[in-house]
Parts: sequence; structure tokens; C-alpha cells
Amino acid sequence: MLCLNPHAIEAGQTMNTSEKTRIVGAPVLRKEGVQKLLGQALYVDDISREGMIHGATVRSTIPRGLIRSIHYDERIDWDAFTVVTAADIPGKNHIQLIFADQPCLADGVVNHCDEAIVLLAHADKHKLREAMAAVRIEYEALPAVFTIEESERREQIVWGTDNLLKSFLLEKGDVDTVWANAAHVVEGEYRTGAQEHLYIENNGMIAEWSEAEGVTVWGSLQCPYYVHKSLLAVFDLPENKVRVIQTETGGAFGGKEDFPSTLAAHAALLAMKSGKPVKMVYDRMEDLAATTKRHPSRIRHRTALDKNGKLLAMDIDLATDGGAYSTLSSTVLSRATLHSPGPYVCPNVRIRSHAWATNTVPYGAFRGFGAPQGIFAIECHMDEIAVALNMDPVELRRRNFLHDGDTTATEQVMREPVILDQLLERALKESDFYAKREHYARENASSAVKRGMGLAAFYHGAGFTGSGERYLNSIAGLDVTPQGKVRVLVANTEFGQGTNTILSQIAAEAIGIGYEDVEMAPADTRVVPNSGPTVASRTSMVVGKLIERAGLQLVARLREESGLEERYSASEFFAACARYGAAHGEVVSLCRYEAPPNIYWDDKTYRGEAYPAYAWSIHVAQVAVDTNTYSVQVEDFWAVQEVGRILNPILAGGQIEGGIAQAIGYALYEKVILQDGHMVNNQMTNYIMPTAEDVPPIHIFFEEIPFQHGGFGAKGIGELPHDGPAPAILNAIRDATGVGYHAIPLMPEDIFAHFIAHEINVETVSA
Amino acid sequence: MSTFPAIRFNVNGEDREVRVAPMKRLLDVLREDLGLTGSKEGCGEGECGSCSVRMNGELVNSCLVPVLQAEGASVQTVEGLAAAGKMHPLQEAFLQCGGAQCGICTPGMLMAATQLLSVNAHPTMTEIREGLAGNLCRCTGFTRIFESVIAATAENREERIEEPAHAR
Repeated sequence: MLCLNPHAIEAGQTMNTSEKTRIVGAPVLRKEGVQKLLGQALYVDDISREGMIHGATVRSTIPRGLIRSIHYDERIDWDAFTVVTAADIPGKNHIQLIFADQPCLADGVVNHCDEAIVLLAHADKHKLREAMAAVRIEYEALPAVFTIEESERREQIVWGTDNLLKSFLLEKGDVDTVWANAAHVVEGEYRTGAQEHLYIENNGMIAEWSEAEGVTVWGSLQCPYYVHKSLLAVFDLPENKVRVIQTETGGAFGGKEDFPSTLAAHAALLAMKSGKPVKMVYDRMEDLAATTKRHPSRIRHRTALDKNGKLLAMDIDLATDGGAYSTLSSTVLSRATLHSPGPYVCPNVRIRSHAWATNTVPYGAFRGFGAPQGIFAIECHMDEIAVALNMDPVELRRRNFLHDGDTTATEQVMREPVILDQLLERALKESDFYAKREHYARENASSAVKRGMGLAAFYHGAGFTGSGERYLNSIAGLDVTPQGKVRVLVANTEFGQGTNTILSQIAAEAIGIGYEDVEMAPADTRVVPNSGPTVASRTSMVVGKLIERAGLQLVARLREESGLEERYSASEFFAACARYGAAHGEVVSLCRYEAPPNIYWDDKTYRGEAYPAYAWSIHVAQVAVDTNTYSVQVEDFWAVQEVGRILNPILAGGQIEGGIAQAIGYALYEKVILQDGHMVNNQMTNYIMPTAEDVPPIHIFFEEIPFQHGGFGAKGIGELPHDGPAPAILNAIRDATGVGYHAIPLMPEDIFAHFIAHEINVETVSA
Repeated sequence: MSTFPAIRFNVNGEDREVRVAPMKRLLDVLREDLGLTGSKEGCGEGECGSCSVRMNGELVNSCLVPVLQAEGASVQTVEGLAAAGKMHPLQEAFLQCGGAQCGICTPGMLMAATQLLSVNAHPTMTEIREGLAGNLCRCTGFTRIFESVIAATAENREERIEEPAHAR
């Protein structure tokens, strides 16, 4: 079959062939692809256990208050139901993440709408609905806060002593000495809304409990060992009495990083009390109302420049809404902070950042993890500056780009090559940026549909921030099965992004066997070591490197101990494995994380190597703004990026395209509407994501500079494409209409409101 | 359960009979009573298309079809696409071109694409977009799904479908 994929061909043309590989870099087919295409892949809701019953959750209907009493209406035969409250928790009533402030089940107090209070289980899931309605909870309402501004005022303290979940101060040079003598000072405030992941498979979990085995859960999740750690605390069990198994996972995007820990605990509590396997699968309304979303943000920039448009100082005030509990807000804030200065050199930088508590469902991980918020602000602000300086926004960026040897805001020296200029030139050329911009400027004057071109430049730090990877101390490796397959032993999960495929490619390449000779061990905490969470664009780079090393280590060991020759076939390799296994009992090769040299981060001063590697990208958006309907259509999109070595061009392209589509939704379609802290548009009918008719043609181009500390040269890729579309689109809308919008999602009604408020008359009729 | 009258219909070429509540969703009957879990529920309200199946040659959201409506009908699900151990050309194309990532929308997407090609063997890009507009995919950005559909129909066409600017 001929696959007419122009993008794959483009990627191939730019392939760096300096390092010859057979399997890495090849468009091998998705490892679990056939099962998915046949409809045979088993997601959690496709699985049934003997004697399984169904669980449901009774949730708070108020945003903040004290629970006075819980009544169970007599019309229900409660003996037929399993009922669990906080009193049934054998261990600690908290979900163990960075801090332990979030209860597993509300106990006496609720801090957000849709907080779980009572769990019910019954064999007939249709009976659960009536029973849920028959649980009546009496509250004493307390005043709630819903916005960053309300939380900042601290008239109500809803978390800790000051509502402050986390703060950072990043300082380089001295910004305050600069303002007086700067040729230009430009200020701006930028806001981003919440965003729902909208994985098509809702959160779901099955749990079993027995005295002998402890707790076992199967579910849709990203991080088996996060769930494991959480269950240990809730059930007060030793490590070997908790087992977490990932089922096929239908999309995650960060939305299944922390939330599954809560759902697993709920299902397992019901399983323990009922003595039966319990399945809990949310429907869409519950998933939208009760699970995490992207942090809303408000970012203020004050920027000083010299007369030539060179940056002199950046003073950034960054605030996020973290919701009712701390969850991952501190690390999201950190990544937002570290991405908010953009890919620019500036001698004086100060960033003050704060994550504020509000009485909403806790915000959590979502592709980009704070970076899209920070990058939206700086990249819209760069166009704002360009207007103020009457300068081409492209040229403004070019004059300030980071280059090799420059230092970032955290004084990290750019030791790896930085090719922003090259990426920019490619993006301008491929999109025909200048010619189109001029053409539309002429055409717009006589057209009701205004077209424009916009651009964004950005980096995304790969792997955990700062010292994160050192703390994680991941371990991963390979073993060899009696059936003669190499198995990849990782806790890193497949949820569409390609973990199974790329890690199999890396193992096959490192060992020198075929892709079909490698399989994935199940993501089961009883089988695989803790290779860290599947987050932060770390799988290709960090875990990939561990698998590469494990493969090389295995070959070296077989040469030393089992007579493997210098050159060998796959069958000779497996014969050597058999000899090694006979001598040692098993064939296992594990490797532990080693930080690249010269990577140091000081948590106290918030300074140093923020990330071991950065992926770089330029996005260009072409938009059409219809001044009759106020709707915006992204008509065409170009993405040029350097993400290290491309391990698989089909998967890499798919990551970029999918991220861009999701970020187009972030910019123009997806609005979470809260009333008293409850999401009221919690349906796919009125929370709108881009469809097949909304996503533009997406043209992608890779430049490859292998990163020697990543798996076969890979850096991170998954989050990068979500960073750029929103500012590129808003900059294109400015180019089209002359109006600089500073907040997303930018809905037609927002454009309409602005046109009315500013009495912008569009007198031209459709051309 | 035996109090319910029998409802008979054909699924993937096989005659089936169920005795279930007549208003039970076809999706649940397929998944729970017939063991065909390939069709997925994403929203339960006909927005996402993950439960798409073909019924009498039309694409339907099986979450919106009470099973009584399927009486006497011919239903095709993702499980009925591959024949004699060989994947359907669309399945093969999705595999080759990267049209499936997490896979949860894939069964419904395949049924929508099957339906499209059954009425239009060589759809234009605009027709592909329209034909798949009722099926949401959050992973791919649709690009490689379009390419998969093109590839499945490309055996006998030389030219590549290029999308002209401002086509939409």
C-alpha cells in the first residue's frame, strides 16, 4: 500500500544521515496498531471481571462549605448497595502527589464543586443513578473564591494561611536599573482560559481487593507508579500488596497523570468493602465536571528595549489559578515561569510567579504543563512590542533570538546548537510569509473577510524541570523471554503517542535485531520497574536513552560471558541469550538514570540548567476573520521544528499535527464555563473541539540535531506543538484586523464585543 | 429478562437475536449482549462518533439508536471490516499512514470512512472532511486520517490530492 503522506516525505528529505541506523528513524508500524484497527484492543470499559459490580460517586453541589450531615433516603434498599465514605479509608485520607492536601473523599468539608463525598456500588449500574439522587448532603456554605484576583485579595483564606499554592522568584541582572534609560518600555497583560483534555476515552478503573493479594487496579492511566504510591497511602499497605496495571488508554494528554490516583482509590475502596471487583467508568458529563483541566493564567509583561529593538529588561508577573488543592500546580508554575521569557536573550530578567488557590476542581497536567500559558503571553507581547516600535515582528524576534553560548534567564549556557535563525528562515520560506502578508494587506481593504499571517517562536524544555530527573532516578531495561523475544521493561505507558513503538525501535537498534523481535512488557507494577511517569516529553529522551544503554549493556555482557561474536544474526543473539539464561537463570539488563554532564540546578536560587535539552520551533498561522460572522478560520499552518533525532517520522508528524489541532481549539473554540465553580458546559455538545472541517492543512518540517544524551539522539516532542498555535493565531488575527487580542479562548462574541466597543465599522461587503 | 420480546437483526453477516429492554441502546447491546466491544462510547449524546456503526447502509451513532429500531436491520461494526483474516483496505491504510494513535476513535472513524467510500469511491479532500466531520479525534489532528482515506482509494489514481488554498 502506498501511503501518500507528503509530510513524511518532507521529513525524510531533511533526515540527518550522519548516524546510520536501520530501525530508528524508519517509519515502522505502530506496535499495537493492528489490535486497535481490528477493534480488538481492550480499553478499561471493554474488560469485565468475574462477579464485577459498578461504582458511582456522589459529589458536592456547592463550591465550599462544611458537611453537616449525610442522609440516605429510605426509598432505597441500602442493603443492596455498597456505601463508602471517608470513614472507610483504612490508611490516610489523602491523594499522595507533591503535597498531601487533597483528600481521597471529602471528610467534613468540601472545597470545590464535584468533590467526591460518598461512593456507591451495585451490580446493576442503572440502579446507581436513583441511589445517587437519594443521598442528600446538608452543608453549611462558606464563602468561596473563583478567580485569581479574588484569591490574591485574601479576604477569604481557602488554602493554607495565604491562598498561595506556590511562588517563584527568578532574577537575572537587575531590571530596576534599566527602565529610566530605555528607549522603549512596553507593557501588556495576557490571559489564558482553562482547557479540557477531551481524551475520547473517559477516565475509568477496575479494582479488586483480597486479604491475600491486597489491591489490584486496571485502568486508563499514564503513570502506574503514581497510582501505586497513592494506593499505598490510602490503604496503608506494603508495596507488594498494591498492583497497578494500565489498560489500553484512549488518549490522556496529561489528563490521566494525576487524576487516576483518585479514581483508583475510589474503585479500590468499593472493592474492599463489597468484596467484589468494582468498575468505575465516568460518563462524559462527570469526566468534564470532576476531572482536571489546564491552569488558567494571567501574565503581565513590562519590557525595556533599546532603540534598535534589543531586549534590555523583562519584568514578568505570572499568576495561575490552581484550583482547590495543590496537585501539580507547583511544577506547572515552574515550567510556566521557565518558558515565559521566550527564546530570547535578555540581560535583565525578573519573574515573579504565583499559583493561587480557588474553589474550583484542581487544575492539573495538560500537554505543555504551563509552557503554553507562558509562551502565549510572551509571543503575543512580542507582536505588541513590534507595533509599539513600528518594527517587523519577525525582525524583532530575529534580533533577540538565543544562540549557542548565550545564557537563558536562569543563566543556563546554551551548549547545544541553537538554530532558531535557520528554523525561522525555513518557516518564512515555506509559508511564503512576507508575500502573503503583503497580498492580504492589499486584499483586505476591499473584503469583509480579513486574512492575516502570524508567527510564534518558542522552545520547550524536555524532561523534568531542574533537578526533577535526578529525584526520579528512573530505572528501565530489557529482558529476554523464553519464547525468544526481547521485552522492554518500562512503566512508561502507551496512550497514542507511540511509547510502544519508539522504545521497541530503540531496543531493536541498540541490540541489532529486528523490530519484530522486540515486544513490550505489560505496564504492570508487578512486572516493570519504575522508569518514571509518562509525562514532560521525557519518554523518547530520558527513557529512550535508558533502553539504548540497556541494549548495549546486554550485548556487551553476552560478548563477555556467552560467546556472542563481534558480528551476529538475530538467531545467534537469542542463542547467546539462551546460554546466558542457562548460566544465570534469567536475562535481564537494567539501567539507572545518569544526568548528562554539566547539568546542575539550584532549587534554592532557582538558577542553573533548567532542562538538559530544548526543542525549538517556529509556527506560522494563516487566518481568515469574517467580519460579518466574527468567526475565525485557521486556513493554513506551518510548523518547523528541531526536536533532536526523529525516531519515527509517522509518529513524530502525528504528534506535531495533533498538538497543533488541540492548540487551535485552545485558541479559538474551547471555553470552560464555570458557574459557582461548577462546569456548566460539561458536554461535547457545548464544549467544542476542532473537527475534521476545522483543522487546516498542517505543513511540518523537521531539522535534526541529534542530542547525544537522548535515546538515539532524540529530544522531547509531544508537548512542543501545543505551545505555539495560540499566539501565532492571535498574531495573525492582529495582522488581519489590526486588533491585538490578549486573551484566549478568543470566541466570535469576544471579537464582536471588541468591534462594537471600538465602533469599528466594516463597510466593505464580501468580495 | 425472558419477558422481553426477541429482537432479531444481522450483525456483520450473522443473524443475532437478543431479548433485552427495547429501549436499550444499540451500543450497549453490541458491547454487553453480543460481546462486540470494538464500538466505543465517548460522549453518549451523538457528538463524538466513537460508537459509529453502519445500519442498513447508513452511518448511525449507536448510542442514539434504541435496539428496537434495529429489528430486521443489517448492522456492520468494526469487527466486521476484516474478512478472512485480511484487514480491510482502510484498516491497512490507517496502519500504514498513522491514522490511528490512541485508537479509541478509530473503530468509529473506520466506519465513517467505510460509509464515505461506499457512496463515493474517490472523494475530494472537502468530501473527506465532510464525511468524517461527525467523528472526533483528539490525537491526530485528522491530517493522517485524511491521508489514510486517500491512500485506501489511491491504488488506481496517480495524482496526489492537494488541498488548494481557500478551498473551504
